[in-house]
Amino acid sequence: MLPNDPLANVLYVDLSKKRSWVERREDLFGKYFGGAGVAIQLLTENCPAGIDPLAPEAPVVLATGPLDGLFPLGSKTVAMFKSPHTGNLGESHAGGRSAVAIRMSGVGAIVITGANTNPGYLSIEGGKAYFHDATTLWGMSSSVTAGRIIRQNESSSGLRSIMRIGRAGENLVTYADVSTETYRHFGRLGMGAVFGSKKLKAVVVSGNRTLEVADKVAYRALYDEINTAAVSSPIMKKYHDLGTAENIQPLSALGGLPTRNVQAGRFESAEAISGEHYAEHYLGRRLACSHCPVACIHIAALREPYQDEAYYYKTTMISYDYEPIYALGSMLGLSNPEQVLSLMDEVEVLGLDAMSSGVCLAWATEAMEKGLVTEQDTGGLKLEFGKADGYVAGVEAITSKSNEFWSILSRGVDAAAARYGGADFAMAFGGNEMPGYHTGPAGYLGFMLGARHSHLDNAGYAIDQKELTKGLIPAEQLAQKLMDEERWRQVLSSLTVCFFARGIYTPELTLRALAAAGYNLTAEQLAETADDIYRAKFTFKLANGFDFDKLTIPQRVFETPAVVSGFDEAYMRRAIAFAAGQLASPRA
Amino acid sequence: MRLSVIDAERCTGCQICMFACTRRLGYAGMGKTAIHIKSVGGMERGLSVVVCRACQDPPCAKVCPEDALVLRKGGGVLLNPSKCTGCGLCREACIVSAIFWDKEAEKPIICMHCGYCAKYCPHGVLALEERREEVSNAAK
Repeated sequence: MLPNDPLANVLYVDLSKKRSWVERREDLFGKYFGGAGVAIQLLTENCPAGIDPLAPEAPVVLATGPLDGLFPLGSKTVAMFKSPHTGNLGESHAGGRSAVAIRMSGVGAIVITGANTNPGYLSIEGGKAYFHDATTLWGMSSSVTAGRIIRQNESSSGLRSIMRIGRAGENLVTYADVSTETYRHFGRLGMGAVFGSKKLKAVVVSGNRTLEVADKVAYRALYDEINTAAVSSPIMKKYHDLGTAENIQPLSALGGLPTRNVQAGRFESAEAISGEHYAEHYLGRRLACSHCPVACIHIAALREPYQDEAYYYKTTMISYDYEPIYALGSMLGLSNPEQVLSLMDEVEVLGLDAMSSGVCLAWATEAMEKGLVTEQDTGGLKLEFGKADGYVAGVEAITSKSNEFWSILSRGVDAAAARYGGADFAMAFGGNEMPGYHTGPAGYLGFMLGARHSHLDNAGYAIDQKELTKGLIPAEQLAQKLMDEERWRQVLSSLTVCFFARGIYTPELTLRALAAAGYNLTAEQLAETADDIYRAKFTFKLANGFDFDKLTIPQRVFETPAVVSGFDEAYMRRAIAFAAGQLASPRA
Repeated sequence: MRLSVIDAERCTGCQICMFACTRRLGYAGMGKTAIHIKSVGGMERGLSVVVCRACQDPPCAKVCPEDALVLRKGGGVLLNPSKCTGCGLCREACIVSAIFWDKEAEKPIICMHCGYCAKYCPHGVLALEERREEVSNAAK
């Protein structure tokens, strides 16, 4: 890295003592770049094994990387924490303005420990944290309103990021998220509950500065090369035009769109909730993360009449993407695009993870169909596939933990199945509710073997669609492919580059971009660093009780025909055993 | 010629113009930008582009006690940094708040209408064009 790059400044914040200080960590940023690579080290340093994820001393780490602020698509912040949802590694990525704002504030990473006595929010600027009271914002019905009030109280409009939680986080729902710039999320795995446990309503980060580069002329030339690729490359086109929602119809046609709790892979109403339909009838605005020319964020304008007064309307701007449409649409059998938007808005306002919420409600619906859960359990609420009203009430019941049933469901589908039965159709992997890909063995193995149990860890769903449709490959070979992909992605998430730009940031280009930031490495050194980061995550996971042998696979995976079929549990177990052999021991 | 905001409604908030303006001087980051993008009270309501309108009779130049702001042909001003003492009066005189502050140099940052940012705007929000007297949305 370049000497004096503010990237190596780590801001430590102790909420309990209302104290903050900066430490220079060139040892970490020089070796692991930033993002995931540095965050896993800071997490390991600050999070003793066995700690309660919601204890005050449990840390939240936010880390950016050397390419943030330098090149287009360097736009992601990596958060790490101990997940209250899985009890293990919590890692979540978000864009918005978060990465650029942190980098411009003069630090590369932030480590927050301790807890507020009364609800508060933090503002971070110039390497210092300022502690503010947020008692009045606590319990506010909409996280969007809370964001607006903080926005009005703080300066530096356009040069800041406001990361905040909703009621779900305050109430410690283990899949509560932290949202930033209204429409981007640190989703999955419950970072919102960790904020909630610290009585931390929001973190505002702001700043502006210049950053040095190794060679000004070479920097400008490389910038133009990357920017041209970003705006003209066909690999970015799908994110640009219809956005990720483009995938709804093709995946349904292939049989890979999870429908009614994966009782089917094709949704008869896919067209009605497709990216094409939303773009044509509702798309009201497109937004971008800071430093991204693609602008994949698609915002629908939903105009609804009030029922009690004529000629009285409200218009809500709602962000939509593939995953929330799957989880709150096809997974729940909802075919009315406006009802799906309303449910997405509800989930946004409450600050819940969309995927986990949808999967939990889908499980609960099927459990009611099968008589495992009754209306007595749900407090009179009847859940039926295709009926939106029950689901709108359901996400509120989860958030407020309105009775024993909803309280258990607020801890996820595995917790609910452990109490009420129905594990064979509880669609979680590694404790994390599934993303929207019923594509086949690579997809499901990807969820299980990925360090975050996310489809984005290793893109197994793409291996299913591109390769396994031609025939299964040996289980060990498949596990190796997934691990190779995940290993490389550690580099991208340490720079910190959006995964959507993975086609642009090839290893060759990445080495040149790193050189602009003062890192001179060979391809072999880069591969070694990737492996170090990947293994550090599994070292943390294993130390905190992760066990490959204890991964459970709901039978539904094998019952409903997927894009790729003909695999069985024995095949999956062989792949898992192979991965365990590779990852459960230090590098030879 | 001057920089015009063609249509702020097309802006996605990517801030690539802000990076471009800083990169012009060979730096990464946004610390030297003379154009700013911010939300209109939240991302859901859209974005606003704040940049110098290239006034023909610029109030900022009138208040400069050091004559550090020289009238620019085509409107607006050019900063003579050797004369500027960093008093900040120009910033207060700009009713559209388009004079920004370089904290590293303690001097104002004022758009010189070079059009470098417009070359990078991916969505046609900005353009360098001949002066139109009817432009109404430059500071929208």
